Order: sequence, then C-alpha cells, then structure tokens
Amino acid sequence: MAKTKKVVQLMPTDIKEELLAKYPPKVARKRAKQIMINEATESEAPSEILANVRTIPGIITMRGCTYAGCKGVIMGPTRDIVNITHGPIGCGFYSWLTRRNQTDPGPDGDNYMPYCFSTDMQDQDIIFGGEKKLAAAIEEAYELFHPKGICVFATCPVGLIGDDIHAVCKKMKAKFGDCNVFAFSCEGYKGVSQSAGHHIANNQVFSHLVGENETPPEGEYKINLLGEYNIGGDGFEIDRILKKCGITNVSTFSGNSSYEQFASAQHADLDCVMCHRSINYVADMLETKYGIPWIKVNFIGAESTAKSLRKIGEYFADKKLIDRIEAVIAEEMPDVEAARAEVLPNTEGKTAMLFVGGSRAHHYQDLFSEMGMKTLSAGYEFAHRDDYEGRHVIPDLKVDADSRNIEEIEVEADPELYNPRKTPDEIKALEDAGYKFKHYAGLNEQMDKGTIVIDDLNQYEAEKLVELLKPDVFCAGIKEKYSIQKTGVPMKQLHSYDSGGPYAGFKGAINFYHEIDRLVSSKVWSYMKAPWQESPELTGTFVWE
Amino acid sequence: MVLLRHTPTEVKERKALMINPAKTCQPIGAMYASLGIHGCLPHSHGSQGCCAYHRSALTRHYKEPVSAATSSFTEGASVFGGQANLLQAIDNIMSVYDPEVIAVHTTCLSETIGDDLNQIRDKAIKTGKLPEGKTFVGAPTPSYVGSHVTGFSNMVKAMAMLAEPTGKKNGKVNVIPGWVEPSDMGEIKRLAAMVGVDITLFPDTDGVLNAPLTGEYKMFPDGGVTVKELKGCGDAIGTLALGEWCSADAARWLDSKCKVPCTVLDMPFGLAATDRFVDVLRTVAGVSVPETVAFERGQLVDMISDMHQYFYGKRVALWGDPDQLISMVEFLISLDMQPVYVVTGTPGKKFEKRIQELCEGQPFEVKVKAKGDMFLMHQWIKNEPVDLLIGNTYGKYISRDEDIPLLRWGFPILDRQGHQYFPTVGYKGGLRLLEMILGLLLDRKDRDDPETQFELVL
Ligand code: SF4
Ligand code: SF4
Repeated sequence: MAKTKKVVQLMPTDIKEELLAKYPPKVARKRAKQIMINEATESEAPSEILANVRTIPGIITMRGCTYAGCKGVIMGPTRDIVNITHGPIGCGFYSWLTRRNQTDPGPDGDNYMPYCFSTDMQDQDIIFGGEKKLAAAIEEAYELFHPKGICVFATCPVGLIGDDIHAVCKKMKAKFGDCNVFAFSCEGYKGVSQSAGHHIANNQVFSHLVGENETPPEGEYKINLLGEYNIGGDGFEIDRILKKCGITNVSTFSGNSSYEQFASAQHADLDCVMCHRSINYVADMLETKYGIPWIKVNFIGAESTAKSLRKIGEYFADKKLIDRIEAVIAEEMPDVEAARAEVLPNTEGKTAMLFVGGSRAHHYQDLFSEMGMKTLSAGYEFAHRDDYEGRHVIPDLKVDADSRNIEEIEVEADPELYNPRKTPDEIKALEDAGYKFKHYAGLNEQMDKGTIVIDDLNQYEAEKLVELLKPDVFCAGIKEKYSIQKTGVPMKQLHSYDSGGPYAGFKGAINFYHEIDRLVSSKVWSYMKAPWQESPELTGTFVWE
Repeated sequence: MVLLRHTPTEVKERKALMINPAKTCQPIGAMYASLGIHGCLPHSHGSQGCCAYHRSALTRHYKEPVSAATSSFTEGASVFGGQANLLQAIDNIMSVYDPEVIAVHTTCLSETIGDDLNQIRDKAIKTGKLPEGKTFVGAPTPSYVGSHVTGFSNMVKAMAMLAEPTGKKNGKVNVIPGWVEPSDMGEIKRLAAMVGVDITLFPDTDGVLNAPLTGEYKMFPDGGVTVKELKGCGDAIGTLALGEWCSADAARWLDSKCKVPCTVLDMPFGLAATDRFVDVLRTVAGVSVPETVAFERGQLVDMISDMHQYFYGKRVALWGDPDQLISMVEFLISLDMQPVYVVTGTPGKKFEKRIQELCEGQPFEVKVKAKGDMFLMHQWIKNEPVDLLIGNTYGKYISRDEDIPLLRWGFPILDRQGHQYFPTVGYKGGLRLLEMILGLLLDRKDRDDPETQFELVL
C-alpha cells in the first residue's frame, strides 16, 4: 500500500488539542466538552460528555433534522400507511426512498413506500395558510388508495405559519370512519437533531395506533423488536433467526412493519430494544401501560446475536425454547466461523472509526472486534448522554429549552389491558442472577481506554482525525463518504450500508466480514500516486537498450 | 411483482396532492450552482435539516464530496430571526474553513421569517465577521416558489451581480450553461475553445464535482469560476444564456445593468440546439468556425443516418427540468422519434407552449404538463404505453413495472455513474445520447425477439 502509517505515537490529549486548535474560543470551549478521551471501565466513574446540544452555526455538521428523524427514520419503513409531507416539495422529495428500508408487502400487498406524497405548498399557501390544501390532499389520498392509515408530517414553514395539522387530521379521520389519520409536529427546527423526531414519531404512534387491534396474534414466545429499521434487509435476517428459534415477532418498530403490527404490539410478552436511542421511550411506555418488560438486545455481530437470543430464552425460561436457541446457534455458527477465519488474516490488527447516527456507532464495534479490528474513535450524530455513559445517567440529564419543546406524553397503566408479564419476585430472581432489564451500558464502556469519543463530529474534525490516526476504515454516512475516500481511506456507510447488507444476525455478520475485507484489501487504495509522482526527481537518463 | 401497484389507470384530477414529484426545492439548485465558484463554501440559511438533505442528494448524484454549512436554526432563531445565527456562522466559517467566497441561500424557513440577506451581509462586513477580500454571494431561494431549477437560476443571477464593469470590453463571451453535469460544462468549454472563443463559463462545476482521487482531500478543488472572472463578466462582449429557466435571468441582468448584450438559447443537447449555440457563439465573437467542429457535427449526422431505422416512430415519455426537456424533445423529433408524454414539476405555462410548438405538425400528439408529477405520467403510460423512458432514477420503478427501458438522464441519477464524466451536450454528447438510446432499444429487441428472428447482424 502506498499509504504510510503514522510512525509517531500521538497522545490522545494531543489529538484533542489538534482538533480544537482552529476554532474561535467560544466554539473550542463547547467542542472540548463534546470530545472526550475515554477512560471508562466499569469501576471508574466516567467523565461527563456534552451531548444533545445545539449544532454550532457554520460548522459543517453531519446532523439532519427532526422531520428527518420522524418521517424518514421511524415512519419511513411503514409500508401500508400513506405518509404525506405537509410543506414545500423538498423535504418530501429528499426522504423518498433514500434510506434503503426494505420491505416485504406480504399477502395483502399494500406498500406505499415507493411513493412520495406531498402537499407541495406554494407561496399562497404560506401566506394564507395550508390547512385547506392539507385537508384536500388527505381526501385525495383516501379516495385514490383507501389505506388503513394516513399520516401527516409538518415541515418548518408549516410550524411557522401555524397550520393546525392535528385538527385537520382529526376532522378527516372522523369523516372517513375507516381510516386512521394523525399527524406529527416534527418541524425541522424543533430539537437539535433527528433525535427529537424519533421521539415525536414514537409518541404519536403510541397514542394513535398501538393497542387498536384487540385480537392477539398466534404464536409462542411473543416479542416486539423495537428500533430495527430493516436497512439493507437487516430485519429480514433477524426475523429469519427468530422464526427458526420459534420466537414470534409481533411487531417491528418499524422496519418491514405494517399497520396491523403496530396495532397489535400490546400483545407481546417482551420488548427487545435494538436502537435504544430512537425508541427507548416506546419500550418504557409499553411497560407502563401494558406491563411488558423490556431488555436491550443487539443483533449486530454473531456473538451479540447469540447473546441476545440467549437473553430472550432466559426471559421466557422455557427449556424447549432454550434448547432450540442453542441448536440454532450451533447450526449457524460454523459458517460464521469459517468466514471469520477467511478474513482474519486481512483484517486483524486493523483500525476503524465509527461516527453514525444512533447506536450503530456502538453496535458495529462488535463486528469489528470479531474481525480483530480496533476502534480508535467513535461517536454519535444525535445521541444523548446516556448513549455514551449508560442508562443510569438519565436522571441527571439536564432538560434544556430544546428538549422541553418536545412533547412528553403521560402514560398510565391501562385499566383493562395492564398485565404484568412477570411477578415482582420473578423479576427479582432474574435480576439477582445478573439479568438486566431496562438497561444499556453506553458506548464508553465498550471502548478501550485512551480512545476518543466525540459527539456530533463535524467534517473538519473528521478530516483531522483521519489525517492524524489514519484508520483502515471509516464509517459514517453519505455526506462524509467521498471526502474521506479522497484521502485514500475506505469509507463504509453505516446509515444505509452503501449497496450492501444485511449486516445483522449470523448471515449479516458474514456479509460484513467480507465487505470490510473487500474495503481494506482493495487494490484501489494503492493507485493514489502515478509512478512519476512517486519519484518525481529525475535521477538519470534512460538508456535505450 | 408490481412496485407501484397502487397507481390506478384511471386519471382523476388532483388539486392538492402531489405524488412522485418531478421537481424538488430551490436551495439544492443554489447549492449546486455555488459549487461552481472557485473556493466557495455554499451556506444554507435555515434549519440544518435542509442542508443535510441537499448535501446528501447532491452527493448521491455526483459521488463527490459536497461541503456546505448551515445556520442551524432552532426554535429561537425561527422566532427572533436568523441574523445572529448567520453572523456567528460566518465567523466560524472564516476561522475554520477560510473559503474565498461564501454563497448564502435561504430556505423556506428563513424566507418565511423574512430574513434579509443583504442587510445581514452589511452587518457582517461592518462587524468584521466577513474579512476584507472575501466575497459574499446571497440568493433568496424560497422553496414554495418554482423548483430546484429556480434556485439554481437565482444563485446564478447572484453570481452575475458580482460583475464590476470597468467600461472597457475584455473580448470575452459569458456563457451560462444552466443546470447541466460537470462533464457538460467541460464539454462546453472544449467546444468554445475549438471554435476559438475565449469564454467565462459560470457556474463551472467541472473539476469540482468530478475531481480525481489522489489521496488528498481538497475542500476547495481546483475547478470553478473565480471571483475575478465573475467581476469581469460586466466587460464581456456578450452573454449566451443556455436555458430560459436556468440562465436567462442572470444574462438579462447583465444586459440591462452592465450593457452586455445577451442571447437566450436552448441548452445545446442534440444537433439543432448545438448548431445554434455554435452559430451564435461565432457571431458574437466574430470568428469563423473551424473545420474540426464541422467534422464532429458530421459524425453525429452520420450516426443518426446509420441508426435511423431503430429510432423511427418510437414513442418516448420524458420528465425532468424544462430547459433540458425542450432540447431533448427537439432532438428526439429530429430522429423521427415521438416524445409523446412530457412532464416537468417546474411550473410555467411557457413550457407547455414551447413543447406544443416543437411537436406541431408531427405525426403524434403530445401530452405535456408543467407542474405535473410522475404519478400522472405513469397513468398516461398505463393508458397507452411507450417504447422508452427518459428521466431521472426515480423512473426505474415505472421502468420495471411496465417493462420499458429507461435512459437515465437529468437529476438526480442515484444508481448509475458516468454522467459526471461523460457529457451529453454538444455533438460529442449527442453521439453519446444516441449510443445510450440505441443500446437500450437494441438490448430490448434482442431480449424480445423470437428465436427465429434473433439476429447477429443489426
Ligand atoms: S424545508 Fe424547504 S428548503 Fe428545506 S428541504 Fe424542505 S422544501 Fe427544501
Ligand atoms: S429542517 Fe425543516 S425544512 Fe429542512 S428538511 Fe427539515 S423539516 Fe424540512
């Protein structure tokens, strides 16, 4: 490889200083609190990181907006709901099929995901208000498609001109009678990142949809899978494994999901949370209202998949299930091991950096470590402190103005449907045996001492990190992809996986091993310099033989 | 399996619901145009989400880094105005990225609040946030008016407004290429050089959004029109604006404010539009066209004649940007093809009129709609099919459902590459268009022909 590795050993403190050097003092002070040299081990009290705070104007950020988190991330993969963006055309256009959510329309065949619906507001709508147009658009959607549900998403100008989208939806719902219509006040300026949008989406789905279907689904060992969006088919692979184990997935929030699944979520006996950032609120609400306990799972990485399956087995505490899970793991692992053995000579000792939205920057470290790769630096685009430091810090989180304007909904135990799935004694027995409900550790704990954890990384810092530490692979999103690659470092998208996937579960792990092997072993990175650029000085004249 | 399974054949008029748009919003066009200025950092004045979306969409299309900053409005800025955010942004941008130029465009949000970019610029200069020698370009781009094409045009006009006429002509010709690929901008420069005319091309994304991979990341690549060149635009002997929607505003501004006479032409896609471009260029510059240009032209004519049998009578549906569609429709007609459905999301009755005029007297009837969407076009196709689709990547759903070949052309192309490197303007670009169309039609024929009629020689 033409690229030379840094020979000088840089101290993490030097790196942090380098990252901050160019900023005006005020910016540097703020960023200093968002860049942390990791010291966390379980015994040490980790230092605090600043997260979920406003993006600094002018600093090229990786973040998106609340609308993107609500319409794009959470509601994007809901196949049989007509999602109408209320606003000028752009927001709807950009969130049209751009997240690689895969879906299987199933026997009913309903799938609106390939469509983009918008009210395409014009200047007169901005001046005179867009409520009439919205009502007409909902009506047209209903008449054309007769869907089970229609959802409406507010974009920035809608909030500003004060359209009452909720009232419009309520009116239309009453008018139709057989179509659930509700709205999301997810204007992009609310909150500081996509995270606020996840929260808004989940609240509304919980209030308007969950619990609508009273008939319990058939099957044993019923779970909900929360925070899995079926990017590149991840959800398909997880479903394959669950099915093989005999576990019934009542509903996935929201990859490959359907209206009926959401409506039936209250029938599950356990909630398994994948991306806790986007959805831990729903897990909490399902527990409070219906008595369903929740655990954190992770299906990224073969080891993590096995661990998560065993955790589910332990919860249901049924020998039949536990044996079947073990049998499935035993059956799946040999292929994984074989693939691992194949790539290990190419990947072992290599380094990675991961800066992705929510928990992927954390989860994918499992896959990298299975390949013998070390994560030098990582962080999230829209995390809160608990994503770094663990769930136990939630009571200490400061509620600032930007969090306060995101609605918190009050949930109480449902007078009829509340049904604790385990008795307090059963829960206690499990906990005494080391079982963790409602718990996730956070990213810091997983990462080595001296690695660098950075919240809301920006383009400038990314460039510096790559220059200083020369990782063998950098993981982020599409906006970051090509600037990193220009430096000769391969870049893997972990929001939408470039063209690959699935990477979850056992088959996914195999895919990921091969993908990373391909990236770090590609010949292209050795082509950066032409022969005449490698040794530009002419040292002698060529003699023709 | 049908992907757009809910699209009914029966066409009902819709008043409020846009489905599968053939346009997007203004700021992305402004961002693309800004990238065609050398040393420029585009800046989106509004919430950060828009900027993220625009950067992502441009990155996916060009497969190149697209840097742009944002004012990152939160609720406070939305209520009290975005001036403080923009001033702070300019300060940070200058400290961290140090661009030569900041090109600021607004979004729905800042437009709705009524932020005034000129006033904020003056304040930035007065408070020293915008250092001397640095250039501020500002363009209002409300997304509830027009489309991405309008935004592009607004930024190009803002670029023209940098002109500082000295009263002494510099012998150059301004060429405003409109929203075309970086490769097309390169081809226009090549063609002008062949004709022997010294041009200032703006914007110019050639070398910016098709930059080489060298192991070094340049936030400000070598390409782009310089501020010095833009200042000189007011001294040009004339301006050629390629495209009424994309380029005319800037050209007319230079005409009326700087006395640089302008001619508005169609984008030089296809034979006739390229002919007119070359002809006007040589007239404005007062040069004669060399044989080399006629030679390239002859090659294009040659290919048309060689392959005419496969083009003749083929029905085509197209969607995209008005300036591009106009030239393409003209080109298809010149091949004796039949552009029967034409849709643009960009509003403008002028467009419908122009397409109707182009198709007048032809042996087919054209259905054309400005402010249309791809849902409507798909319904037309369901009622009476076509042989070829020409448009952006979103057409691949219709292509698969209806089993019609798709020529990916326009914006955005998310799932193929090459557009950033291989031009489709000019005579050379015409050859490429023909090659691609032929490939699609003949692949289709090879796939469909019965065994008895499957032939080696075509
Ligand atoms: S808010 Fe307006 S400017 Fe922003 S993406 Fe949406 S339509 Fe475009
Ligand atoms: S910030 Fe506002 S306008 Fe921009 S994409 Fe998000 S919702 Fe749309």
